[in-house]
Amino acid sequence: MNDQEGNNPERSGAGSGTEYNPPEGELAKVKRGLRSLTGGWRNCDTTGMPVCLDSQFFIRWNAIFAVIFLLIGGIAAILLALTRWETFNLLRTDLFYRVLTLHGLNMLIFWILFFEVAILYFASTTLLNAKLFSRKVGWVSFVLMVVGALMVNWIIFAGEADVLKTSYLPLLAHPAFYLGIILVAVGTLVAVFNFFATVYVARRDRTYEGSVPLVTFGAIAAAIIAVVTLLHGAVAMIPTFTYSMGWTGEPDPLWYRLVWWGLGHQSQQVNVAAMVAVWYMVATLTTGAKPLNETVCRGAFVLYILFINVASAHHLLVEPGMSSTWKIWNTSYVMYLAVLASMVHGFTVPASVEVSMRAKGHVAGIFGWLTAAPWRNPAFSAVVLSLVIFGFIGGITGVTLGTQQINIIAHNTLRIPGHFHATVVGGTTLAFMGLAYYVVPLFFRRDFLWRPLARIQPWIFAGGITLMSFGMSFAGSMGVARRTSDIAPAEEAYGPVVHFFLAMLGIGGVLAVLGLLLFVVLVVATILFGPSNAGRPMKCWGKPAELGANAKATHGRSGDHYTPGTIVLVGIFLAAFVVYYFANWSALADVWPVR
Amino acid sequence: MSLESLKGNWLQAPKGAEKVWIGIALAWCLVLFLMMPYWHLFGQQNTSGETYRVSPEAFEARVNEFVEANRVGDHNGVPLVEPPPGGDAFLLGRMWQWYPVLKLRAGETYRLHLSATDIQHGFSLQPLNMNFRAIPGYDYVLTITPKEPGEYTIVCNEFCGVGHHMMVGKLIVE
Ligand code: HEM
Ligand SMILES: [Cu+2]
Ligand SMILES: [Cu+2]
Repeated sequence: MNDQEGNNPERSGAGSGTEYNPPEGELAKVKRGLRSLTGGWRNCDTTGMPVCLDSQFFIRWNAIFAVIFLLIGGIAAILLALTRWETFNLLRTDLFYRVLTLHGLNMLIFWILFFEVAILYFASTTLLNAKLFSRKVGWVSFVLMVVGALMVNWIIFAGEADVLKTSYLPLLAHPAFYLGIILVAVGTLVAVFNFFATVYVARRDRTYEGSVPLVTFGAIAAAIIAVVTLLHGAVAMIPTFTYSMGWTGEPDPLWYRLVWWGLGHQSQQVNVAAMVAVWYMVATLTTGAKPLNETVCRGAFVLYILFINVASAHHLLVEPGMSSTWKIWNTSYVMYLAVLASMVHGFTVPASVEVSMRAKGHVAGIFGWLTAAPWRNPAFSAVVLSLVIFGFIGGITGVTLGTQQINIIAHNTLRIPGHFHATVVGGTTLAFMGLAYYVVPLFFRRDFLWRPLARIQPWIFAGGITLMSFGMSFAGSMGVARRTSDIAPAEEAYGPVVHFFLAMLGIGGVLAVLGLLLFVVLVVATILFGPSNAGRPMKCWGKPAELGANAKATHGRSGDHYTPGTIVLVGIFLAAFVVYYFANWSALADVWPVR
Repeated sequence: MSLESLKGNWLQAPKGAEKVWIGIALAWCLVLFLMMPYWHLFGQQNTSGETYRVSPEAFEARVNEFVEANRVGDHNGVPLVEPPPGGDAFLLGRMWQWYPVLKLRAGETYRLHLSATDIQHGFSLQPLNMNFRAIPGYDYVLTITPKEPGEYTIVCNEFCGVGHHMMVGKLIVE
């Protein structure tokens, strides 16, 4: 039994083999937990934490399928980017919409959901020193999800479901399309049930002391929102499925939109909660960061749970049927309390890294802690980039475009994909990629091949997505519609400058797909051919140096709440937010009066 | 550490910069929230959500009536229709056409009835970039006041089948 991690002199200190050492007290807890072990466990060779083998099995397979769907979505992405880049306008019209449907579902639903299920299994077993509630339930969930996802892909390829991921009624797809989505949703619900049952049993059997870890807390928040989300999905999809079978009448299109977006937007809040949990996790793994105040971090997750389930309104701001009061109240997430939560996380994550880095002696100036951070670690760079892209681009644009009146000058233009490629791609997807740089070594027990390529991968992907997001946003500000195979018939109205921004979209898109393919190649090659690290700690990605007490004393300050660098960063963020937000009001004031 | 369980009582009030940031963020969220009602009171661009249920057939009939009564000519084969200033105007989205072409006067206010008769379409007025949705079954009334004269383009910006990108209409302001 390898339980010496915490004080093994060979492995502590800068650049050593160990990524993360639980402190003494924790180790004692882990040991106590291990005593009761019968079988079906192993000890992580890197962290000493217990790994439930059932859970490991499903983490592996969910991650593998997640990456397969990411690859399908990525291949679709390059075709889309080269079509929207008007100079190439690659795909024939009907193919464009087929590929767009393929992209939306594989990316937004399958890649994300499969990966999230893996995160749930991890957060409820290893972190709680517990076993997965049920292997059988795990299988049921997995089979349902895989069958559903394959069914959807098959029917899209067959050309029977060119309805885009939203499948707005009265557009109608083949019943297999809806059935596939329902199977995936039910499968995910089953996995969420397995998660909650695992947490419940862990609590009942006292496998851990006190309150669950912050990352598990975040996962619980994500899972609660997921239940509400998936129920919306069922409510929208089941009558649509029965209608497509000819068994029932046509559901009202506006009702459908309202409920569908209860699935579509809320699932983004699942993604946000999961992403933030990953931020905290990677910050700890890579720099030993510790939240300044757990009450604040947990409170922010609670705000997500309470105020996020009204988000459907974001998609209904310029349509008939709903009163302004309803729109304002709901689109503001009941006065933006969920936005508040994200702004809080946006402070606490960098602040915890800053405190931890300063405590290691990186105290020079305002940003000395940041320059000395473990940039050679792709998980760390991925999470930093994720935080920046999500906050500065995705968050600011999202709140602004989701403002009731401002939506008039944004709805269904390319500004919308410009926004969400900065949240769910630059934010969530990139954070998940970062986490994969630990998932593969720790759960597949193989060290990454081609490590220098891994180190630049997050930068390529982030750079590409940022460029594409800017291109989309600017083209959209000039009116260019989203979901359109060719703008030639409307070109005159948009003006010639849009071609510049559409080219930017194309170049950024190609770059992002290269980053994505690099990720897939690295992960697949490592899983298949990477050197095994079983029996020894994973190969270190590089960790921050521990400067002695001297450096701390002579060159600057550190302290539990001393975070000048983070203060500057959030100050810049707020300034950007204010400027962008009011610039949009000012643009709105220029268009025709409308009531 | 975010990966370990928490022992003891971890309830603790925020301190220092964290506390200040929470305060600032909350204040900013309130600004975000209040801007929307503020604009309803003092801004010009709002959507009231005035809506009536209408069957696609009934809406189409009303549009045809409107076209017959107010037709002033043709625009590329589509009727050119000039509603009375201050009166009702009708616009219908269908695969893959905006019908009819409206002729409005700058500075006058119109009640524009927007709907679709087959599937959903997106009304996107260019180069102004004003966007609204047209949904079958709903008569969406937008009270608009055109400002500058000119020939405007109405692009469809919701996917509506293979002809979607060609669904481009006109709106003329004098
Ligand atoms: C890897 C690079 C990626 C590129 C180059 C890319 C590119 C694109 C393009 C060009 C569009 C079409 C925009 C339009 O015409 O409306 C699109 C749509 C979309 N993308 Fe991506 N994308 C990428 C990754 C992702 C990822 C990772 C996700 C989700 C996790 C995602 C989610 C979506 C969604 C939901 C849509 C909208 C589909 C619809 O309108 O129904 N994309 N993407
Ligand atoms: Cu249309
Ligand atoms: Cu269309």
